[in-house]
Amino acid sequence: MSIILNKVNYVYSAGTAYEIQALKNVNLKIEDGEFIGVIGHTGSGKSTLIQHLNGLMRATSGGIYYNGEDIYDKDYDMRGLRSKVGLVFQYPEHQLFETTIFDDVCFGPLNQGLSKKEAGVRAFEALNCVGLSEELYYQSPFDLSGGQKRRVAIAGVLAMKPEMIILDEPTAGLDPKGRDEILDQIAKMHKERGITVVLVSHSMEDVAKYVGRIIVMNQGEVMFDDTPNGVFRHYRELEAVGLAAPAVTYLLHELSERGLPVGTEATTVETAKKEILKMLASLEKR
Amino acid sequence: MIRDITIGQYYPANSPVHRLDPRVKLLGTLIYIISLFVFKGFAAFVLAAIFLVAAIKISRVPFSYMVKGLKAIVVLMVITGLFNLFLTQGTPWVSFWVFTVTYEGAENAALMLIRLAFLIIGTSLMTLTTTPNQLTDGLEKSLHPLSKIGVPVHEIAMMMSIALRFIPILIEETDKIMKAQMARGADFESGNIFRKAKAMIPLLVPLFVSAFRRANDLAMAMEARCYNGGTGRTKMKPLCYKRQDYIAYAVLFLYLAAMIALRFVWTYLSALFGW
Repeated sequence: MSIILNKVNYVYSAGTAYEIQALKNVNLKIEDGEFIGVIGHTGSGKSTLIQHLNGLMRATSGGIYYNGEDIYDKDYDMRGLRSKVGLVFQYPEHQLFETTIFDDVCFGPLNQGLSKKEAGVRAFEALNCVGLSEELYYQSPFDLSGGQKRRVAIAGVLAMKPEMIILDEPTAGLDPKGRDEILDQIAKMHKERGITVVLVSHSMEDVAKYVGRIIVMNQGEVMFDDTPNGVFRHYRELEAVGLAAPAVTYLLHELSERGLPVGTEATTVETAKKEILKMLASLEKR
Repeated sequence: MIRDITIGQYYPANSPVHRLDPRVKLLGTLIYIISLFVFKGFAAFVLAAIFLVAAIKISRVPFSYMVKGLKAIVVLMVITGLFNLFLTQGTPWVSFWVFTVTYEGAENAALMLIRLAFLIIGTSLMTLTTTPNQLTDGLEKSLHPLSKIGVPVHEIAMMMSIALRFIPILIEETDKIMKAQMARGADFESGNIFRKAKAMIPLLVPLFVSAFRRANDLAMAMEARCYNGGTGRTKMKPLCYKRQDYIAYAVLFLYLAAMIALRFVWTYLSALFGW
């Protein structure tokens, strides 16, 4: 179970005055069960990249293979692919349309050809999974708060039981509490169901906290593809392309530059705390 | 996907035609259209063609963009051409089965096709070299005298520019919602017309909701900046005629004068040689 991208190129508005190459020779392999973060400056090709993963955009050149099958094959089941690779767009709450939340979440499963009853079960599970309280299920999605709407929209994709879920900035415009709740639920799903997750984010802290591998996009190219520690080690290069490392990385580097015996690898507050305590203990010993 | 549709189709370049005052281009297009329909004769069309080609050359817009505009009316042109060809009375030229082509018919058809092609190319030259904002600014300023008799010129121009500005936004939004629903397994292509119409609901409901939301936000933002219509409002980029604009006007009127002169010469020559 994996997705392989082989030399994928994508050009917007080819042959006009507005031509832009959004992806340049992208080679990637995404394994089953990974939790991947995609970061990059605005316009770096993140959104274009993820829309290739479920076939919504067609590469200008290059190939994409899902579980070893070429998705650009003439008789490849593209709709089948889309139910295996769920994609939650930025501001997904703008896609809600049904009269009740429950019906909206049923939309995906019904499109998969499930019966009303089965779709209902799926919708129930998915809404439960995103932590929406039951008394809301039969209300209009337009009466909800922003955070609740977003949960409904994410549930709408989860209800299709994808093997892989891609989220494009799922926390944009949410308050810190809403942000943590949504990300925690995604992490829980990854752990419990073993679902592959690709998280596009602007927040280095979020990415460092949850993901196991980071892909850094810059001007349509993959700049880094490594573990969080490995990527944030290059924090100077990240800054040069308009990105940054988590705040704790800066703190640790600063401490180390001033001659304190501290490791600079930590990227989350928790691991940084451990590093600093370790350093303090070793200083006391002297 | 739908993103590739260009409406208003501005072609960014830095050419003398792009820099002209939009009022000059509006009036110029109007004069050109009138000249195409009022004047007859071979010489007049040669002059119109020279004028058009020169304008295109100066504008630095690739010729292929002009032809794109023609594609949209190919059907119309074919039908017009055929009607003129077969249904004009006169001296028979070729005849087969029940159809008769007359000399007058062939001439009419050719003239009509040239006219239509020039018309479309001429007007697309204006939209290709003028941004929608400049265009509405030009319209507002040109029609300003009408506000004295109670026509809300400023409001109409504002509505036009908002509407034009929203076209690409709504197209992008449609594209986004379509993709989001396709990611949930929606199918917009297959099925009969009723199924297709029903499949549009998941697209249209969010699209309307977002259009209203955007309209609300825009109204709020305008009010927050104390927008209260056109009275006393100044422009960031006021339209002023410059030297190049006067030159362009001079060229336009020379063209018009030449067309009028040609018309008289043509009638005179026709009478003389009995064409």
